[in-house]
Amino acid sequence: MSKVHPYLPNSVSDIKEGMMEALNIHSIDDLFSDIPEELRFDGDLNIPGPFTEAEVKALVLGLLEKNWSLSCAPFLGGGVWPHYVPAVVDEIVHRAEFLTSYTPYQPEISQGMLQAAFEYQSLICELVGLEVASASLYDWSSALGEAARMASRLTQRDVVAVPYLISPQRLAVLRAYAEPVVMKVVQVDYDSTTGLIEPEDLKEKVDDKLAAVYVENPSYLGFVEEGVEAIAETAHDAGALFIVGVDPISLGLLKAPGDYDADIVIGEGQPLGNHMNFGGPLLGLFACRNDPKMIRQMPGRIIGLTQTLDGVKKGFVMTLQTREQHIRREKATSNICTNEALCALAGAVYLSLLGPSGLRELCEVVTSRAHYAMRRIGELPNVRAPIFNSYHFKEFTVSFESKAAADVHGELLKGRIHGGKSLVNEFPEFGESALYCVTEMHGKKDIDRLVNALKEALEE
Amino acid sequence: MSMRRFRQADWDEPIIFELSREGRMGFAVPSVELEVSDAVGDVEELVPANMIREEEPKLPELSEVQVLRHFIHLSQMNYGVNSGVLYPLGSCTMKYNPVINEVIASHPKITEIHPEQDESTVQGILEIMYQMKLWYLEVTGMDDASLEPAAGAHGEFLGNLIMRAYHATRGELDVRTEIIIPDSAHGTNPASAIMAGFKTVEIPSNGEGTVDLEALKSAVGEHTAGLMLTNPNTLGLFESSIAEIADTVHGAGGLMYYDGANMNAIMGKCRPGDMGFDVVHINLHKTFSTPHGGGGPGSGPVGVKSFLADYLPVPTLELMDGIFRFNYDKPRTIGKIRAYYGNVSPILKAYTYTLSLGGTGLKTVSEISVLNSNYVAQKLKDVRGLSLPYAPNKPRKHEAVLSAAKMAEETGVRALNISKKLLDYGIHAPTTYFPLIVPEALMIEPTETEPQEALDEFIDAVKGISDMAYSKPDDVLSAPRNTVVGRLDEARAAHPKTICLSWRTFCMQSAAE
Repeated sequence: MSKVHPYLPNSVSDIKEGMMEALNIHSIDDLFSDIPEELRFDGDLNIPGPFTEAEVKALVLGLLEKNWSLSCAPFLGGGVWPHYVPAVVDEIVHRAEFLTSYTPYQPEISQGMLQAAFEYQSLICELVGLEVASASLYDWSSALGEAARMASRLTQRDVVAVPYLISPQRLAVLRAYAEPVVMKVVQVDYDSTTGLIEPEDLKEKVDDKLAAVYVENPSYLGFVEEGVEAIAETAHDAGALFIVGVDPISLGLLKAPGDYDADIVIGEGQPLGNHMNFGGPLLGLFACRNDPKMIRQMPGRIIGLTQTLDGVKKGFVMTLQTREQHIRREKATSNICTNEALCALAGAVYLSLLGPSGLRELCEVVTSRAHYAMRRIGELPNVRAPIFNSYHFKEFTVSFESKAAADVHGELLKGRIHGGKSLVNEFPEFGESALYCVTEMHGKKDIDRLVNALKEALEE
Repeated sequence: MSMRRFRQADWDEPIIFELSREGRMGFAVPSVELEVSDAVGDVEELVPANMIREEEPKLPELSEVQVLRHFIHLSQMNYGVNSGVLYPLGSCTMKYNPVINEVIASHPKITEIHPEQDESTVQGILEIMYQMKLWYLEVTGMDDASLEPAAGAHGEFLGNLIMRAYHATRGELDVRTEIIIPDSAHGTNPASAIMAGFKTVEIPSNGEGTVDLEALKSAVGEHTAGLMLTNPNTLGLFESSIAEIADTVHGAGGLMYYDGANMNAIMGKCRPGDMGFDVVHINLHKTFSTPHGGGGPGSGPVGVKSFLADYLPVPTLELMDGIFRFNYDKPRTIGKIRAYYGNVSPILKAYTYTLSLGGTGLKTVSEISVLNSNYVAQKLKDVRGLSLPYAPNKPRKHEAVLSAAKMAEETGVRALNISKKLLDYGIHAPTTYFPLIVPEALMIEPTETEPQEALDEFIDAVKGISDMAYSKPDDVLSAPRNTVVGRLDEARAAHPKTICLSWRTFCMQSAAE
């Protein structure tokens, strides 16, 4: 590179030479002389550039232009959901002091991020009805893997029971986390009418090897698992933990899992002020009961409130670090180091903006519109929506009796409407079906347009 | 040079719950349309009675401006590489995070894209991810890669799962249970190996601070599943015997894992793939300039040699007939370690960064980063009370580890105190007490994006602190004073009687008092 690069202040030849002189070297290569010659990379990396900022901007935005503009937000959920992100959230997460800071290893100069993380933990605790939350994990799926392993460590048992109707990719992640510690994942049958966990089947799967029972609210297919009290009792009677996975938005309307005896609550924090970003970064929620035994087994970073050594001011620190890899190495409860702190910050800003009534109103608009869409779609000929006769929060199944789900999807796309996610591969037993999601991003007009497009697609 | 009279903002900012006043709202939620509510009826009638939330969550109630100010106040009590003076946190590669990356990554054509969208509607981002993968392979010298891991440690976990799957396929997993890790390794290495079901065997460094070949030779054997190594290592020293190390491990039937946290030192100079490594991860939030966000998101893509490609997680991204698509049909895959395809937003920022530098620029990045760290090491190694342990005459790479052991012994001023005093000058502290093989370690990584003036400011600050340690040690020991708070009571934060991890607990504790 011949020109001085804006990111490289010491690439100015006079400066560089002055520094080399201080080191008593004649060539930069002297600093690499200890790399054996046969291992050195000859020539230049085959990567285009350098480009100027304006060129880079044109190039990358040109590529992004190939991504479609849709007529409205996609009717997709299943683990990432289109929700509105308030401008204040974006403003805060772009503050350089937050955005460009590292993990707060020096608490005295990092109180801002530490306090925000403590507030995030506190807000999550209020939402889920527990006293302890972690500063974040990668996503819902990996949080499930960590929760299962934590339950196994706590109970010294090695089986986790999960619903049959779970997101297949969440299940795959759970298996990847469970397999190395020889944990077994068993799936519990569902009631074919309601979709809910079959209590008798769960009871059959309970034995003295069961570490935890896991359910989701709302479930992957959108319905609410209402048998939670009995499930909690079954789990606890067997000496197992009860783990609940949540869409946090739903907790403005639905009962907090802490109030139906969940021991650990996990979930996907993306809808709390984080853009979808094609699925990453996400935000793994993790909370548990205020039980010292459990807290000591938690994975990942936790922020605690304390005070200055002179007792004059409040302050925040990363605490219980003896669980973590940088202190405990091979004895750590998890290997996680970098987490999703900025996404958690977005979550804290989001929940602070909405407040209790905002969240409640949001739930009302989301579930009302979802039900409106569900009913209108269900009225179409040869269409069933939802498949299960249960309360659905914002996602619901649609099954097409006269046409392939892929063909319906293709017809919708022609009008730049993105329909639900096909379930044909994931759950072939439901036939030509798809999982639709409606949020506050979908107004009545958008829903009506979807219904009309579906109608036309089915008539084709 | 006289030191900067730094003073961090102190807003005495309440915890957000303390700012709450009933009825306030910071965001207007759209109303349910009349036709919709007429059709659907009362929401409470829809929800099963036992599942209704009877008591609202106790979230704070604030107006928009209050929320904005609160978090801006908090931001002003935080330190970022783009807003500070120097952030020489060793092994963390706190380089400048270019603003254009953020501008591009904020475009709605990426932020509003759902991961389950039809592939035909997302060809732009798929092309970017595919291209980034190819550049990654070029920089690392590997054959195939997955962008799925959300962070470096996540990549290590994946890499270990791949090694596990490889040995399992060969019917050797029952025997090959050990991952060998040098004592200078990052803490994530042993934690990741354990997480993937292996045992760890630690081998000591030799007097030169590099892998002790004899110790390695006696550690390898039929139980060896692999070796995890970073090169240059955490002392900033290049493992010149890497070829022999790789031969030793491979000869015993083990695999070589490259922890790419230190990749910033060697781009375009040498490649892990050419050094004999079979599995690699790189931290895009270090080497490729994506911001660390106060702890994350990161991104830790994993690269492998072709004989391990079958084990990569699903989906893999492929180009067929000019169309980018995901392939889930990988019978030998380890499965998935997270949902979807990776931390796409950081990947996009890394893509933008790579184009801004190009192949030649990335090489310059490594050269200047190494120049900068050697410049700092050279100027500081003879400062009173400090030393540069392990091969002091060998060039460092991206970072250098000083020891303050002598100063600690002679004045009571420890590495920790030096770090805290640096904060008083508006300079972030280096990594302290790591690697573990250096007593009173100060691990310094200035990165290539720091002007010589900032390096000199740091050097002068450390020299000044050394002088102070030997003349008025209390002035160092009482630091920091210019940050929003002084030293904090960490014992109180972790003590069973005083531990407080949420506002909810704080309220209960206050009520009990």
